[in-house]
Amino acid sequence: MIQTSGLVKLYGMHAALRGVTLEVPPGQILTILGHNGSGKTTLVRLLATLARPTAGRGRIGGHDLIDGRDEVRRLVALVGHSTHLYDDLTPRENLAFWETLAGRRADADQIDAALARVGLDGQADTRVRALSSGLRRRVALARAMLREPRVLLLDEAFSGLDQDSTKRLEDYLHAFKAGGGAAVVVTHSLGRALAIADRVAVLAGGRIAAEATRASLTEEALQRLYLSATDAGA
Amino acid sequence: MSPFLRTAWAVFWKDLLVERRAKEGANALGFFAILLLFLFYFALGPDSDRIRAALPGLFWLAFILAGVLGLGRAFALERENDCLDGLILAPADKGAIYLGKLAGTTALMLAMEVIFVTATGIFYNLDIWAAVPRLLLVALAGTIGFAAVGTLFAAMTAHLRAREVLLPVLLLPLAVPVLLAAVKLTDLALAGEGWGPAWPWWQLLLGFDVVFLVAGLLTFEFVLEA
Amino acid sequence: MHRILGGLAAVLLAIGLWLGLGVAPRDAVQGNVQRIMYVHVPAILTGYVAIGLVLVASVAYLWTRRAAWDRVAAAGGELAVCFVGLTLATGSIWGKPTWGTWWTWDARLTSTALLFVIYLGYLLLRSVVEDPERAATYAAVLGIIGALDVPIIHFSVEWWRTLHQPATMLKPQAPSMDPVMLQALLVNVAAFLATFSYLVMRRCRLLTLRAETLARVIGSF
Repeated sequence: MIQTSGLVKLYGMHAALRGVTLEVPPGQILTILGHNGSGKTTLVRLLATLARPTAGRGRIGGHDLIDGRDEVRRLVALVGHSTHLYDDLTPRENLAFWETLAGRRADADQIDAALARVGLDGQADTRVRALSSGLRRRVALARAMLREPRVLLLDEAFSGLDQDSTKRLEDYLHAFKAGGGAAVVVTHSLGRALAIADRVAVLAGGRIAAEATRASLTEEALQRLYLSATDAGA
Repeated sequence: MSPFLRTAWAVFWKDLLVERRAKEGANALGFFAILLLFLFYFALGPDSDRIRAALPGLFWLAFILAGVLGLGRAFALERENDCLDGLILAPADKGAIYLGKLAGTTALMLAMEVIFVTATGIFYNLDIWAAVPRLLLVALAGTIGFAAVGTLFAAMTAHLRAREVLLPVLLLPLAVPVLLAAVKLTDLALAGEGWGPAWPWWQLLLGFDVVFLVAGLLTFEFVLEA
Repeated sequence: MHRILGGLAAVLLAIGLWLGLGVAPRDAVQGNVQRIMYVHVPAILTGYVAIGLVLVASVAYLWTRRAAWDRVAAAGGELAVCFVGLTLATGSIWGKPTWGTWWTWDARLTSTALLFVIYLGYLLLRSVVEDPERAATYAAVLGIIGALDVPIIHFSVEWWRTLHQPATMLKPQAPSMDPVMLQALLVNVAAFLATFSYLVMRRCRLLTLRAETLARVIGSF
């Protein structure tokens, strides 16, 4: 579902990614760990087609990241640092807007269902400005759910979430995976990685410094892997 | 309605909603218009005849100054929460987003223009009411042309620190034909002249509108995705 | 290739200078000041060619995304500013003894001044945007919009002016121009175009070398 080969991203003189090659088949979750500045967010932006790679290629669902941008965007949903929400609109209005932009007719019932699924049916008509950051993240998640994506990209999506929100996100991830979707989850938390991953990769210095299957890792093993990879690559 | 039009309408409607609800409010542009009226008086008065003679030019100076501000707002509202990224990620036709933004800015500017002209009529005790239909047409055509080019550069400068300065610096020279034609047509409308002398200027203005609307529709996606 | 072009440009410039200053007859009405035309007219023509080059390169860049086209556009933009600036300066120098003033708001000068400002803005935009790819894209869009506006600006300013006073311009009287003058003018036009082409090539070469060096520095990871 997701395949990249030697992705490089340069910002002027700074090389954020120096050749990333990875593969995520359908029904699998790849967690990416790494220090701040290791290139995690850049990688997510490239996969989401928010930025163009300087070199290297990538394909999502068979569509090229550069040539098949629009098709990739139809398949992918991104839940990241930024919520992409209009503070002065309500969750319902936000979802209706983004649904229309996604090329679909905004269906009131579907929107209600998505909001209920993330536990926001009570606040569906409160302006986003008045919601806590955890609740705002839930709206962003509801938007992703509505898209029924085949590929999910999460960038630190769990940070700052309360227990209820975390549980809902985890539940959604499991349902998503069971439905045959592929996900890339970027996180700095080893515990989170262990909880949800099928495979774990460590990004350091713009490259994948280490990779392993979840099944093969205990907590200590992952810690050792992480430390050695970030020391070597940084 | 085609997805293209639905997207454009959604962007337009969303901009108006946000504008109406935001704390800063579109009121600010209206107040700015009236403030400009006073500034012009202080700068050019107290002899009202000087102002009356310069009225068409003053109208469009005010519209353009306020227009630059309005254009800035159109993309400032997309900066919070990185909604600009959201627009890029949407599989929608970027030209539709351009159209929606253009429509929103035009509507905002037109509202401000109506306020300004009305205030001018009141404060200078001018009988301009007969000319209002024609004035509205000129305002519409001129504003659309200005906003057609302006939306492109507002999107470009949205990312930059020097955006407040760079937008007018890039936009205003390009918009000079609009200024010339619109002032001329406003002058003719206020003077109650026939359509004859106005015709070449209408051609110029409408030609400008068409050329840059098409150019904008075609190039906006490059600007957005850059 | 560029050496031949450079040599040709130098030769043509020399001949043009000699023809314009020496061989061509003194203008009956304006005197020697009129000789500025031999620089002023080729300068604006070259300026238009530069603007056209920026347009073509901008479209090509957006179409192909190849950095080489961006470099051509950058070189063209710089030279556009130079040649249009030269046009304004020579126009101004001609104006002082002729009209007694450094500047008049006649249609030609005014629209040329606008062009100068627009392409100065083009260079400003390039310098202000940090990300090179983004700068290239933005510049390309401006390069297209600017070129589209050139004829519109020209007509609008001209119509606007002719309502106020008859256009008085520094312009060769076309068919009735003295054949020697015409010849001198054409040689200078050719000289300027050759110089322009030479400068574009050298500037592009410089920009390409810089890009290659940068790539090698970064590529060593």
